[in-house]
Amino acid sequence: MSNRTTIDARNAFCPGPMMEMIAALKTIAVGDEIEVLSSDKGSANDIPAWTRKVGHQLVSSDDHGTHWSIVVRRMK
Amino acid sequence: MTARLLIVGGGMAGTIVANGLARRLSHELRSGDVNVTVLGTSNDHMYQPGFLYVPFGRVRSQELKRQERSILDRRINFVIDPATHIDVDANRVVAQSGKSYGYDYLVIATGSRLVPEQIPGLTEGAYHCYDLEGARKLRGAIDAFEGGRIVINVNAPHKCPVAPLEITLMLDEHLRDRGLEGKFDITYTYPIGRLHSLEPVAEWAVPEFDRRGIKYQTFFNTKEVDVAKKVVHSEEGDSFEYDLLITIPPHRGAQVIEDSGLGAGGWIPTNPRTLLREGSDNVFVIGDTTNIPISKAGSTAHFQADTVVENLTMMVQEGRWSREYDGKVFCFIETGLSRGTYIWFNYKTPPRPTPPTQMVHWFKLAYNRMYWLSACGLL
Repeated sequence: MSNRTTIDARNAFCPGPMMEMIAALKTIAVGDEIEVLSSDKGSANDIPAWTRKVGHQLVSSDDHGTHWSIVVRRMK
Repeated sequence: MTARLLIVGGGMAGTIVANGLARRLSHELRSGDVNVTVLGTSNDHMYQPGFLYVPFGRVRSQELKRQERSILDRRINFVIDPATHIDVDANRVVAQSGKSYGYDYLVIATGSRLVPEQIPGLTEGAYHCYDLEGARKLRGAIDAFEGGRIVINVNAPHKCPVAPLEITLMLDEHLRDRGLEGKFDITYTYPIGRLHSLEPVAEWAVPEFDRRGIKYQTFFNTKEVDVAKKVVHSEEGDSFEYDLLITIPPHRGAQVIEDSGLGAGGWIPTNPRTLLREGSDNVFVIGDTTNIPISKAGSTAHFQADTVVENLTMMVQEGRWSREYDGKVFCFIETGLSRGTYIWFNYKTPPRPTPPTQMVHWFKLAYNRMYWLSACGLL
């Protein structure tokens, strides 16, 4: 069972959801997950694409209307 | 009974809290109802934003350092004894000497540290200006630089989020002033899909970079530096050759936070408005140490410290809460060696950068001197 850490980056201007996620990935073990709550559409688009490019796993990306919930599993 | 207020960390945040408490609780300090102790790691207090000017010879190292004891109000107990374990269940902090410090209220302001060693080759291959020693070495490298490829390589997470842009623009102007125009090129790399975390700042930076001919690569998270071949590689598969590599190193929180099991990466889960540690009602966390998704910057630490001072004072004097932190951050942005701008924002208000002016640059230079009044709790 993966451990999951949630970052509530809704309305966070700086450093913003994606930077928070990149930083958080460095603090968890391989196989564990980060959930990012983001109200920034750019991050909602960028995080899944970036995750695939660098070899982590996109577990889910859900549009909740007011924000997105994106879950990424660290793979390396 | 005396209320014991313990502050772990003698940087900007811890010092402002201590001096603010000394001013507001002067009666209680005099009567012995309260004592305030700062537990620090060194008697050197550095003005960290000043490191930016060292590589360009714009500030003397001595201007950036004061003795912590001389800044702290004389009624504050100051002990140099690095904390090694913070036990929030037992309300005590154990330090390197073996001594245990009990508290009724604790403020954790242990800051962040540079961890370039997390990326292979970065320590050996890159310069930085995020501490005084690094800034001095970078100055030597820039003085010796006669042309070639410069890569300015930004890593996450890092404090002072506008510093990467500032050093890029200042370096470009500095080298042009030295007559090296046409003999160098700068490539700026950034971890996410734009030039800065703040979208309005990123939008402002693109035409500024284009105008100066500064190249950029977004989505660049450094994987390793091949020091022998002078190439920096990213997790995304991109690579750049360099003659001079300047990095913004990745950061972690203080080792004592990780050793005490208070937060992954050294960042403590903290309520973004009360600044209380999650799960505690007598432990405040401020500055870089929090895990709040907000800029790790001196102004953040300053505004958070003001909030904690108000709340601790009110709790000691009246047993009630005063106010919450609104997420305020203010950053000067040097856009070269003679002009600057600024941004401010909070949890509700987005930032809106204004066109750079000479006046803002001068004000930034003035603040570099006035900082010591902030640390003393006077500004």
